[in-house]
Amino acid sequence: MNLTLYVWRQNGPEDKGKLEQYEAKNVSPDSSFLEMLDEVNQELIEHGVEPIEFDNDCREGICGTCGCVVNGIPHGPQEKTTACQLHMRQFKDGDSLTLEPWRAKAFPVIKDLAVDRTALDKIIQAGGYTSAYTGEVGEANQTLISKPDADYAMDAAECIGCGACVAACPNGSAMLFTSAKVAQLAVLPQGQIEAAERVKNMTEAMLNAGFGNCTNHYECQAACPKGVSVKFIAKLNREYIKALPK
Amino acid sequence: MAVTGFVLVSFIIVHLLGNSSVFVGADGINAYAEHLHALGPVVWIFRLVMLAVFALHIIFGIQLTLENRAARPIDYNQKKNIRTSFGAETMIYTGLVILAFVVYHLLHFTMHVTNPEISVGVLPADALGRADVFTMVVLSFQKFFVSLVYAGAMVAVLLHLSHGVQSLFQTLGCLGANTLPVMEKIGRAAAIVIFVGFISIPVSILLGLIKV
Ligand code: HEM
Ligand code: SF4
Ligand code: FES
Repeated sequence: MNLTLYVWRQNGPEDKGKLEQYEAKNVSPDSSFLEMLDEVNQELIEHGVEPIEFDNDCREGICGTCGCVVNGIPHGPQEKTTACQLHMRQFKDGDSLTLEPWRAKAFPVIKDLAVDRTALDKIIQAGGYTSAYTGEVGEANQTLISKPDADYAMDAAECIGCGACVAACPNGSAMLFTSAKVAQLAVLPQGQIEAAERVKNMTEAMLNAGFGNCTNHYECQAACPKGVSVKFIAKLNREYIKALPK
Repeated sequence: MAVTGFVLVSFIIVHLLGNSSVFVGADGINAYAEHLHALGPVVWIFRLVMLAVFALHIIFGIQLTLENRAARPIDYNQKKNIRTSFGAETMIYTGLVILAFVVYHLLHFTMHVTNPEISVGVLPADALGRADVFTMVVLSFQKFFVSLVYAGAMVAVLLHLSHGVQSLFQTLGCLGANTLPVMEKIGRAAAIVIFVGFISIPVSILLGLIKV
C-alpha cells in the first residue's frame, strides 16, 4: 500500500517547525507503524534528507517510549494500542496520515516527533515511592492485601507513562497519569505512610510542570493505550480531599 | 468549581420549583413572592451568599480556562476528540452567556430596569394587596423578544449542565467505573428537565395557556 505522510519536522526546541509531505511507498500491511517510519527514514537517508526523529524502545507496547499523534489521535486510531503495536493494516491504501508530536507546554519538542517527558518523572519523584523496612527479609505473607485491592492497584500500575493522556487532553492535563500513580499506592498498605503527602506533592508537581487542570472530558481514557480508567481520577480527588485537613 | 457548581445547581432547582408556582396562577406565584419577601434580612443574606458563590464560580471558571489554554501553547494541526461532548468543550462560552443573561434577568425582574411599565410597583397590587408578580411575568413573556432571550439563555444552561452535573460529582470523587456512565445519563437528564421546566413558562404564556 502507498500512503502520504504529513510529518511535523522541527530541528530543535527553538525551531519553529512545520509539516512536511513524504510518500510511504510499498508499505506492507503487516508491518508495524514504526517499521513503516523506519522504511521512510531509509528512503530519506538515501536521498540525503535528515531522517524523521521519533521515540521508541521496546516495540512491544510495554515501555511507554513511543508515541505520536496520528490524524489527531495519540498512538493512532486503534483502541488500547501503542504506536509500536499499531499495524499498517489499520489503514487503507491511499490514506493520508498527519503525524504530530505530543503537544503540551510541559512536553517541549526535542526534535520532530520526539518530546521531552521529564515532567512526568518530576511527578513520580514528588511521591511515587513508599517507605519500606530494611534489614531482615520479611515473611512472604507478612503484609496481606485483598484480591480486589491487589487487582485495583495492578489496573492502575498498567500505566506505562507514555503521556498520550496529556496529548489527548484538551487541557493538556496529566491527571490520568498522576491519578494512576497516586491510586496504585493509595490502596496498598505500603502506601499508607506517605498517603497524604503523596497526593499533595504529586498534584503540586503536576501543576508546577505546566500541565493543565482536569475538566472531565475523559479524552485521556479514550486515548490511553492501556485503557487506564478515569475512575482513578475520582480516586485521586478523594485522596486529595482526605489529605486537605492534614 | 465543583463546590460552587453544586451550590448553583441546587439554587437553580429550587428556583425552578419556586417559579413553577406560576402555573397555579396569580395566587401561586404572588403568594410565593410575598413569602420570600417576608423573610426580610434572610433574603439579603441569601442574595449575598449566592452572589459570592456565583462570583467565585466565574472567577475560577475564567482562571481555569486561561490556565488550560496556556498548557497547550502550540495547537495541533489536526486533533480528533473521541469521548468529550459539545457541552464540555463550550463550558466557558455557555458560562459567559449565562452570566450575561443573569445580569439581564436581574435588571428585568428584580430591578425593573428593562420593562418598567409592566413591573411590580407600577402595576396595581393584586386583589389581596400583594405585589402582582404574576401579571409582570405574563405581560413580559407575551413579548416575543423577551421570551426568546430567556429561551436562548436556557439553551446555554442546558449545554452547561449536560456536562457540569456529572463533572462536579467526578471532581468531588463520588464516581467509580460503574457509576460514571450512570451519572453522565442522570446529568444529561437533569439538564433536560431543568431546560424544559424553565422554558415551559414562557412557552405556556406565548401559547396563551397562562394569561392574565
Ligand atoms: C446558574 C448558573 C450556573 C450553573 C448552575 C453552573 C454549573 C456548573 C457546574 C455544575 C460545573 C461543573 C463543576 C465541576 O465539574 O467541577 C460548572 C463548571 C464551569 N462553569 Fe458553570 N455554572 C453556572 C454559571 C457559570 C457562569 C456564569 C460561568 C462564567 C464564566 C461559568 C463557567 C464555568 C466554567 C468555565 C466551568 C468549568 C469548565 C469545565 O468543567 O469544563 N459557569 N458550572
Ligand atoms: S495513563 Fe495511559 S495514556 Fe497516560 S501515561 Fe499512563 S499509559 Fe500513557
Ligand atoms: S516502543 Fe515501548 S511501548 Fe512502544
